[in-house]
Amino acid sequence: MGKRRRDIPEINAGSMADIAFLLLVFFLVTTTMDIPTGLQVALPPISETPPENSQQKKREVLEVLVNSADLLLVEGDVMSIDKLKQKCKDHLTNEGRDPSLASSSTKAIVSLKNDRGTSYKMYVQVYNELTAAYNEVRDEYSMRTYGKSYSDLSPEREENKIKDVKAKYPKKLSEAEPVNIGVK
Amino acid sequence: MSKFKKDGGRSTPAINTSALPDIVFMLLFFFMVATKMRDREMKIRTKLPQATEVEKLEKKSRLHYIFVGPPLDETLGTSPRIQLADAFATVDDIQTYITMENAKKDEAEVPYMTTSLKADETVKMGVVSDIKQELRKVNALKLSYTAAKAAKD
Repeated sequence: MGKRRRDIPEINAGSMADIAFLLLVFFLVTTTMDIPTGLQVALPPISETPPENSQQKKREVLEVLVNSADLLLVEGDVMSIDKLKQKCKDHLTNEGRDPSLASSSTKAIVSLKNDRGTSYKMYVQVYNELTAAYNEVRDEYSMRTYGKSYSDLSPEREENKIKDVKAKYPKKLSEAEPVNIGVK
Repeated sequence: MSKFKKDGGRSTPAINTSALPDIVFMLLFFFMVATKMRDREMKIRTKLPQATEVEKLEKKSRLHYIFVGPPLDETLGTSPRIQLADAFATVDDIQTYITMENAKKDEAEVPYMTTSLKADETVKMGVVSDIKQELRKVNALKLSYTAAKAAKD
């Protein structure tokens, strides 16, 4: 018979907003916006041969020890955790003045040793203090030479400056192989 | 006979709501992109330690997660356990887990993978040291002690 004209009926989009709202509310509720943050550590690669310069001069190494009772021992002396950062900064910025501390910032090493019984909380605190010391020392140096704090240097445009600061205060934070003191 | 004759009642014109779905969709897309679904069921308690020098971790796709802490289910005791993905594991499983996870990734991405260690603050360093040793064995050398950001004094 005659041609049937097929009119596509207009889709009613009135409820579109409702559907979108529903989805929106769902995502609003399920969203967790926490960006994971943490202390970055670079583990040393495993090697069969013992490290070369194990015979470091004693003055270059700042020995930090945390025992199983969460007590802090720095260079053989008991120390409270709030003094650790300053001690570490003194060690890094000594430049040969004090004969018991590092002779130059490029040679300075911080050695962190912990017991198997040390609590993770204490360990993170100590690690945090040491990282803070490095960051502050780098900041101060960068401020003096470039008039800008280290964290403000842009990795793209001021690559050389970052390299220089890193070379001046290399982060030599060595962690000893875990020791087994007493029974496991 | 004024030209601008007011009609009797002053009726407010209907607000045009035709752009409403667009706005809502825009918000929707924002939240869809910003959302991170809780993709694993936590079997252990991790009360994170606090630190001031924390750095933001880069891409979430470049993270392995290892959880350590006392089990939530108290019938399992209080000694810390390791959780990988959705299940309890032991230290020996870490190597396999990391290798398996790396195999799923693009090969070029593997050197950038960071392991995010979420450990409860009561955990002893013995376990953490063991985990670190295992990670070194599989050459997963970038580690992050996940910690909550504390205010600087």
